Amino acid sequence: MSTTTETTESRARGKAPAGEKLADWADGRLGIYSLAKANLRKIFPDHWSFMLGEICLYSFIIIILTGVYLTLFFHPSMNEVEYHGSYVPLQGQLMSEAFNSTMHISFDVRGGLLIRQIHHWAALIFLAGMFVHMMRVFFTGAFRKPREVNWLFGFLLFVLGMFTGFTGYSLPDDLLSGTGVRFMEGAILSVPIVGTYLSFFLFGGEFPGGDFVARFYSIHVLLLPGIMLGLVVAHLILVFVHKHTQYAGPGKNNNNVVGMPLFPVYTAKAGGFFFLVFGVIAAIAAIASINPIWSMGPYRPDQVSTGAQPDWYMGFSEGLIRVMPGWEINFWGHTLVLGVFIPLVIFPLVLVAIAVYPFIEAWVTGDRREHHILDRPRNAPTRTAFGVAWITWYMVLLVGGGNDLWATHFHLSINSITWFVRVAFFVAPVLAFIVTKRICLGLQRRDKDKVLHGRESGIIKRLPHGEFIEVHEPLSQDALHTLTAHEQYKPAEIGPTVDDNGVERKVKGSEKLRAKLSEAYFGEESQIAKPTVEEYKEITSGHGHH
Amino acid sequence: MSSQDIPEENLPAEQDAHGAVGVADDKDPFADPGLPPHEHRVQDIDERAAKRSERVVAMLFTLSMLATIGFIAAYVGVPHDKAIYVFPIGHINALNFSLGLTLGVALFSIGAGAVHWARTLMSDVEMVDERHPIEAPPEVRAKVMDDWKQGAKESVIGRRKLIRNTMLGALTLVPLAGVVLLRDLGPLPGTKLRHTMWRKGLQLVNMNTNEPLRPEDVAVGSLTFAKPEGLEEHDEEFQTEIAKAALMIVRIQPDNIKDKRELEWSHEGIVAYSKICTHVGCPISLYEQQTHHVLCPCHQSTFDLSDGARVIFGPAGHALPQLRIGVNEEGYLEALGDFEEPVGPAFWERG
Repeated sequence: MSTTTETTESRARGKAPAGEKLADWADGRLGIYSLAKANLRKIFPDHWSFMLGEICLYSFIIIILTGVYLTLFFHPSMNEVEYHGSYVPLQGQLMSEAFNSTMHISFDVRGGLLIRQIHHWAALIFLAGMFVHMMRVFFTGAFRKPREVNWLFGFLLFVLGMFTGFTGYSLPDDLLSGTGVRFMEGAILSVPIVGTYLSFFLFGGEFPGGDFVARFYSIHVLLLPGIMLGLVVAHLILVFVHKHTQYAGPGKNNNNVVGMPLFPVYTAKAGGFFFLVFGVIAAIAAIASINPIWSMGPYRPDQVSTGAQPDWYMGFSEGLIRVMPGWEINFWGHTLVLGVFIPLVIFPLVLVAIAVYPFIEAWVTGDRREHHILDRPRNAPTRTAFGVAWITWYMVLLVGGGNDLWATHFHLSINSITWFVRVAFFVAPVLAFIVTKRICLGLQRRDKDKVLHGRESGIIKRLPHGEFIEVHEPLSQDALHTLTAHEQYKPAEIGPTVDDNGVERKVKGSEKLRAKLSEAYFGEESQIAKPTVEEYKEITSGHGHH
Repeated sequence: MSSQDIPEENLPAEQDAHGAVGVADDKDPFADPGLPPHEHRVQDIDERAAKRSERVVAMLFTLSMLATIGFIAAYVGVPHDKAIYVFPIGHINALNFSLGLTLGVALFSIGAGAVHWARTLMSDVEMVDERHPIEAPPEVRAKVMDDWKQGAKESVIGRRKLIRNTMLGALTLVPLAGVVLLRDLGPLPGTKLRHTMWRKGLQLVNMNTNEPLRPEDVAVGSLTFAKPEGLEEHDEEFQTEIAKAALMIVRIQPDNIKDKRELEWSHEGIVAYSKICTHVGCPISLYEQQTHHVLCPCHQSTFDLSDGARVIFGPAGHALPQLRIGVNEEGYLEALGDFEEPVGPAFWERG
């Protein structure tokens, strides 16, 4: 035993190239060979939509890199100083050191403005990327077992990303972001019983005080990114453990994964994609200005500019607060500020609605199996309709958040827009649900037609007796398989309510609810039965065309 | 490149699998036909095409090197305060533009080169990996359960309840130390939100000119912002004080004032209202002369200044507080007391 080890070692020392020796050294201490054995040639399937998560990962890395650079120059302090930098219009103006140092970064540090703009653009793209990535995962059912936990990790990253973004753009202490912080303070004040105390603790006294920039700073650069980094690593580890999902197709099934190996193809593609994302963001930062704090000026609680908007990912909360009627209830010397508190409560509920969906669906289907083949959205009409309804809800709130911009750009009455959003908040998701479900069923019917009757060839044939018909070409077996590979659930039934001895058992309410939901998901109204082999044979064995 | 250019011997052999795919299985026409045959790329067949790909990749990597040198040159050479005109963006900072574009090209070319390399020269033969269930096989599960039970048994935690209970108690209590430490994050609110700097006799100072206001300075149809006398920008507490004390002053024909108390608290039709919105605290700054409506630009709450500043639209929950004003002996506008109700957004203790 020991002799063999010695011989391999001596051989390694003798002839192996330097890289191999280094790898041997590392393996002896870190066990990297076992890790590489499982992962070096790990197979990843290819689809453009699988890049969306990569965009998020890379913009996150870009944010960290540029953020570290910005900390070298930024002073998280609210001490008032007079501006003496190179931007003439603000010279002599009083401002916080935070604003002053951001001006310094933007005008006097060479490349400082570029890094600031890359940082901010990357943050917008990070959040947008997560939103779209989340929708990809949602509509294809990639959140099903075994990936529910990873769905939650991703959801948490999205929510934490929102707050990291908010605390980040508040740091320069400019007029626009200060207004946003004031909004947040007003919202905290609305919390019953503890709101005033929370606000005083967060701001170290009355708003704005002299503390919040320093406190937001440690939240923005340390607390939240630290948690997010952990979540990102966990998210990626789970992607490796679960192996990536894939679409149905010839040769692909629930027990395999078809694609290219991590090394070298995905090392080059994914590694290269990092540089593509970084390059594009750098170019955007070169030509498109973002958050020009010098044109907004330092924060003063008694000043404001029109058209004040948060970054896009906070827009839906802005919509909630703008369209809510100003309800206030006064009783026993207390005020219940429903007009602000209700939006504050709905704000997380909008997000939680989509986060818990996988667990609701799993409960309705009662399916405990692992799913690695992605659904086409049309083949899960209820899920797809729910997702579109949720997006509609989110978009309606975004419209509400920009109601002033809609009004000025399209010459509409702000009052009408606000009323439209109030109604659409309840109505639009329902309409979107119904319409989406119809469209999905229509697409299912078309797939069924294609399978049974073939593809429209565009060739018109005249029969001897004068009838015109279009020639349909049968599909290849690849296409037939792909279009019929999805599973269709049957609605769950409550089962016999009377046992063998004729004794009636009590049916629980949850059981009834589940049966009802299951009927709504998988009943005749909610899916088109996919073509069977018998149907196919009957039609194809028949004569002529249909 | 047309197929004629490819040397005959390099063409892929006819795929015999091809025939099998077209014919439907008798038993199940929908059965999985298996992975489709690999289709060769032109680079797999024609070495000249592969050489061309190699040159493209190398060119992209070279372009990246040049762009990095350009980045350094721009950093050294372009003055940081020079503006240039770039169509169609307009006047922009030359240094930011040149640094950003060179960095963008330097990064993008590396990515484009790597991806082109992967797509055209690395093997594109699809491979298959088997999946294994995520959950452990039953014997592993049984082993873990046994280990757990054995460990729990050896720890005697099930038998020695006193240890378990006191440990849970200690672990529950110890985080309280951390919670208590948060107490000094800020002072208790007390009645701070109920009071502002205003008191009887303080003159109203024009925010723009920093001069005390006379009634004749306030014209009908104008909107004037005011602060209390003695509050200066350099004061340590300026931001916190102005966040509550900022005033909005307008003059309305006394006949047009609908609210009786408003008229009483005004001076010859000059009324002073808190500038801080009662919704979430934005400063209100849009005034419509004809209707005497003011609009908060943040969330569009609209108040009627001729009718006690009641809310006529938007999310605000109550009227803007009014400051009672008069004129002192020298003829300047002065406050006749503090606001009678808290300014700014509502809160639980407001009542």
